[in-house]
Amino acid sequence: MLNYTIRRLIIAVPTLLFIALTIFLLLELAPGDPVANQPLTIPPEVRELMRKALGLGEPMHIRFWKWLVQFFWIEPQVFIDWLTTTSSLAPILPDTDFFIACGNNTAAECDPRILSWQFRSPVMDIVLQRIPQTLWVVGTAYLVAIVIAIPVGVYSAYRQYSWFDNAGTFVTMVGFSVPPFFSGVLVIVIFSVQLNWFPSIYDTMHEVNNWDSFMFQIKQMTMPVMVLALQITSQISRFMRASMLDNLNLDYVRTARAKGMTENVVILAHVLRNSMIPVVTVIALGIPQIFGGAIITEQVFKVNGIGEMLIRAIEANDIPTVQTLTFIFAVLIVIFNLVADILYGILDPRIRYD
Amino acid sequence: MFDAPADRKTLVEVRDLKMHFPIYAGLLRRHVGDVKAVDGVSFDIFDGETLGLVGESGCGKSTCGRAVLRLYDITAGTIRIEGEDISTMGQETLRKKRPTMQMVFQDPQASLNPRMTLAGIIGEPLDEHTGLKGSARRDRIYELMDAVGLNRDFANRYPHEFSGGQRQRIGIARALALHPKFIVCDEPIAALDVSIQAQVVNLLEDLQDKFGLTYLFISHDLSMVRHIADRVAVMYLGKVVEVAAREGLYADPKHPYTQALLSAVPEPDPVLHDTAERVILTGDVPSPSNPPQGCNFCTRCPQVFDICRLKDPQSREIEPGRHVACHLHNEPQAAGETAA
Repeated sequence: MLNYTIRRLIIAVPTLLFIALTIFLLLELAPGDPVANQPLTIPPEVRELMRKALGLGEPMHIRFWKWLVQFFWIEPQVFIDWLTTTSSLAPILPDTDFFIACGNNTAAECDPRILSWQFRSPVMDIVLQRIPQTLWVVGTAYLVAIVIAIPVGVYSAYRQYSWFDNAGTFVTMVGFSVPPFFSGVLVIVIFSVQLNWFPSIYDTMHEVNNWDSFMFQIKQMTMPVMVLALQITSQISRFMRASMLDNLNLDYVRTARAKGMTENVVILAHVLRNSMIPVVTVIALGIPQIFGGAIITEQVFKVNGIGEMLIRAIEANDIPTVQTLTFIFAVLIVIFNLVADILYGILDPRIRYD
Repeated sequence: MFDAPADRKTLVEVRDLKMHFPIYAGLLRRHVGDVKAVDGVSFDIFDGETLGLVGESGCGKSTCGRAVLRLYDITAGTIRIEGEDISTMGQETLRKKRPTMQMVFQDPQASLNPRMTLAGIIGEPLDEHTGLKGSARRDRIYELMDAVGLNRDFANRYPHEFSGGQRQRIGIARALALHPKFIVCDEPIAALDVSIQAQVVNLLEDLQDKFGLTYLFISHDLSMVRHIADRVAVMYLGKVVEVAAREGLYADPKHPYTQALLSAVPEPDPVLHDTAERVILTGDVPSPSNPPQGCNFCTRCPQVFDICRLKDPQSREIEPGRHVACHLHNEPQAAGETAA
């Protein structure tokens, strides 16, 4: 298993490099001018200077190489410095100072970080500011969805074609097919406009420090979580149901019944444990979505998470931000694919990676 | 083995067992008919004997075996095991009764949970039905593994790591775990190759002698049934057409279907092979959802006559211990009586 993991990680390197190149070239080919948003009164030669200042004066391969260096060499240095000096692990780690910031005086040999063209601040810093909102909202939705979907899927399969199963099929069909820009607005109209139960806009600045503020946090999370969880529940509960149905009719289930096991043992110990194998894979493969944020739902509820950041960056032609975010998603997808494969090997004794 | 059945204790008594699977069709999924997989089967199994149940594919043998153990909710009929009627028993009471009646399944690969080790598979019934713990439980598992000839070192392996014959031994060990009296062997050798078949059948016979087991041995392999069974029941399209002691049945089959079935057994002697008269049946087995009127076999029977297409023959004891359901073996007035 260890050999397999290492081999997969080594294969991941060229894969990721290729993905980085693809993203870079796609963005390069896309039309759009990062200084197009500037006032029309700016003369063309000044615009050209602005483009050069953003680094667009250099040829394509140089810019790609610079981005690679920034992402794989300079940003990790910043991260290590942060770990050893400011994070909560700092006391136990030796202080490091790899990163030389570009101040006003040290222009000669400094390390430029990946800068957002919109904000002129490092992309990674913005990512770190945005990630808690996304993890709270989308992560909670994912957990809620798993907690609901698994029992629903199990029971629907166990009582196939019962009214519960039919109702579940209907709800999941709706959950699948209604897009979040509709369901989001719908819940806003119902729960904030008509019933006035929940705020329609997510307040990112809200700090949780006592019971009341915690309750407010729960309230403002409820609607985006509801909308997202509906979609994710639909997906996972269908997988769970299908996987349970595959297993319920297998001979070993009849064997378990013939042994005289209680129905709980038959369903939970025999069928569920075998049915979970593909479902766990689906859940693991879905985790990058949490980090990727739910672009539309974040827009509807004004949660300024990663998804919202990506949309804003695309609108503003902020190529470094788009490139970096997209690449981070690619890394997460590659990693969680590997995690899913390893989990499969652990859960299913018939699969061995040597 | 050849005692008169009358003075032996009946362990399993099946009367008029019916197992119909409903067919739903149409937009509203209305109940439009039934697949009559088992349609009025009656037989007795005496304590310590092996009853062979034979018939061609799809005739309801396996369904019958499962229904006898109430792995299905049966449509009608009674099943008594040790005098206790289990045909309408609730699943929970039935579950407590399971230790006395066990089953060995056809496909040894599919019938074992792929995520449980050998010790887990054999030990699970012990957790549920006995209080065995720790080393006592482990000793019992080892004892069972020894009984079926599995190496004790294999206890922590998974089913996919075994060969087909070994897996069937696991299935047998599992069935033996709770000291059952009655075991339904549902084609236990059909998925194994011939060299392994003999091993498993001999193992089943040894275990029968050792633990005094009673088997319902379901098979389509007539030679194997002749080897292991004391009495044989022949099924055709959901009904038992003939029940007889092994020797009598193989020497002198009464029912035309039994005759056809036995004539299909390959004859190893080339001289006899060339001269043997084979009864070749024409046509296909009718659908069990729409069996023919009268005798189920009337569409293919070489000796069919008028009454067969009108009246379903009742099973009659034509000799002691020999039941046949065929109009050929009914005396004319008796046939009239049963039909009335």
